[in-house]
Amino acid sequence: MNSALLVILIFLLVSLYLGIRARRGKQMNLEQWATGGRSFGTLFVFLLSAGEIYTTFTFLGGSGWAYGKGGPTLYILWYGSLAYVLSYWLLPAIWRYAKEHKLLSQSDFFAKKYNSPALGVLVSIIGIIAMIPYLVLQLKGLGSIVSIASYGSISSGVAIWIGVIAVTIYTTISGVHGTAWTSVMKDALVLAVVVFLGIYLPVHYFGGFSDMFHAIDQAKPGFLALPHQGMSVYWFISTVLLTALGFYTWPHSFAASFTAKNEKTFRRNAVIFPLYQLILLFVFFAGFAAILTVKPALEGAATDNALLVLSIESFPHWFVGVIGAAGLLCALVPGSLLLMSASTMISKNLFKVFKPTANETQVANVAKYLVPVVSLIALYFTFNGGQTIVALLLMGYSMVTQFFPAIVFSFMKNNPISKAGAFAGIVAGELVVSYVTITNQTVATLLPFMPQAVKDLNTGIIAMVLNLIVTFAVSAFTRDRQKSVEMAA
Amino acid sequence: MKFVLASLPFLALIIGMFFANRTNPMILGMPFIMFWTVLWVVLSTVVMFIIYKTDPKNQRGDAE
Repeated sequence: MNSALLVILIFLLVSLYLGIRARRGKQMNLEQWATGGRSFGTLFVFLLSAGEIYTTFTFLGGSGWAYGKGGPTLYILWYGSLAYVLSYWLLPAIWRYAKEHKLLSQSDFFAKKYNSPALGVLVSIIGIIAMIPYLVLQLKGLGSIVSIASYGSISSGVAIWIGVIAVTIYTTISGVHGTAWTSVMKDALVLAVVVFLGIYLPVHYFGGFSDMFHAIDQAKPGFLALPHQGMSVYWFISTVLLTALGFYTWPHSFAASFTAKNEKTFRRNAVIFPLYQLILLFVFFAGFAAILTVKPALEGAATDNALLVLSIESFPHWFVGVIGAAGLLCALVPGSLLLMSASTMISKNLFKVFKPTANETQVANVAKYLVPVVSLIALYFTFNGGQTIVALLLMGYSMVTQFFPAIVFSFMKNNPISKAGAFAGIVAGELVVSYVTITNQTVATLLPFMPQAVKDLNTGIIAMVLNLIVTFAVSAFTRDRQKSVEMAA
Repeated sequence: MKFVLASLPFLALIIGMFFANRTNPMILGMPFIMFWTVLWVVLSTVVMFIIYKTDPKNQRGDAE
């Protein structure tokens, strides 16, 4: 065993220990397991949300995009900042409603707000379809990080199995308490590693940031800004806005907000988070540093490995192991949240709906036993899913974004959306998303007569517009009927 | 007032990006578009800090 693998293994064991230990002194009913008894203070809520910023997708994808795409990478920083601005008002409202009605999942929210278990079932099914590829992507990332960082001494498949077993054990035992404790170590480690890499690599290879960017600009003119078409300014703005809306509509991020002890926590986090996000800039720096230094140049999916490949060329084994451990934790923390949210939703919003006689203990037990089941499903797709998984993840993002109107309008004094309207709007949005993804359409292929600016828009816009139209059309219709019934009565 | 403040980062994106999409001049060692992005990430925190401090809801203690 080389020292890199040893370091990764030690970090894995420590996180497993922290994850299991997190259970101590807790009566693990479903509310404790899924929401930590709504007792978390600012730090834990902060770290759980931060789990969303640093997933393997940002760790590998962020540096990979900087390496392969350049300027467009910056969209990641924008959507986060804008989502945090929205969170100042959105999260306290969600939290208050969730606490009042003892909600445990995002589907609970829809079922309660719209007084419709059927809507809860619909949202659960869509949420699960969206979350599985997200989980698979974390596992694939975990596999390549650990296998590259251990200098190939362990295969990606074995690394994935070991990681999944660890996360399944502590998630089943400790629920969100385990996630919170492991995220403490994760954020400390990732912060240190990323800032170091982002400063050291540009300085070491180029003499400084300014020199690095000048060199890149000279070698690849225009690479650091947005291109005129394709990932243009129009693409950039529409993608940032859509992604910012979808940020909290992921079932696991939505439900993570239930863990807070009070609503002030969210407003405080909304202040700190944009700044905290700047750590991602250092991930980008590391990716940019790889552009002129990694030879031969990486292509296609291999661009995601830019950060790791350059690290292997630059550092001793043990330190590459530390980088690998940081990447591993980036997969485990969101992974455990995803496992938990999916299991809670299947148990509470599907199983319980179809078997109303089930009592609370049974629902809690089913949720916990589902964790290994969901893990196995994710493993199946990890090893058999092929390249389509990235397309599925993008589809997942667009799918959960379709929940946004039904969530936001439900907080208005007189919700203009009816039960049927929310249901129909979401279904319409999802159908467009699926059609567009499966047939590989873009705005350019759907509307070829439009000017370039419109063609570059993110395809999600079409789904969102149609969703809104259907939502309000159906709401108007169903509302009128209700009113006329009232008048007749 | 607070909504005007909160809309600034959005305007910096929707309007600002058309002007900020350029590599030069480089500022603080960063391409201009990156500088513009970092500037608004920092200003988002500033904006939210002002909103937080002036929001009467945050004057009360943590117990709610």
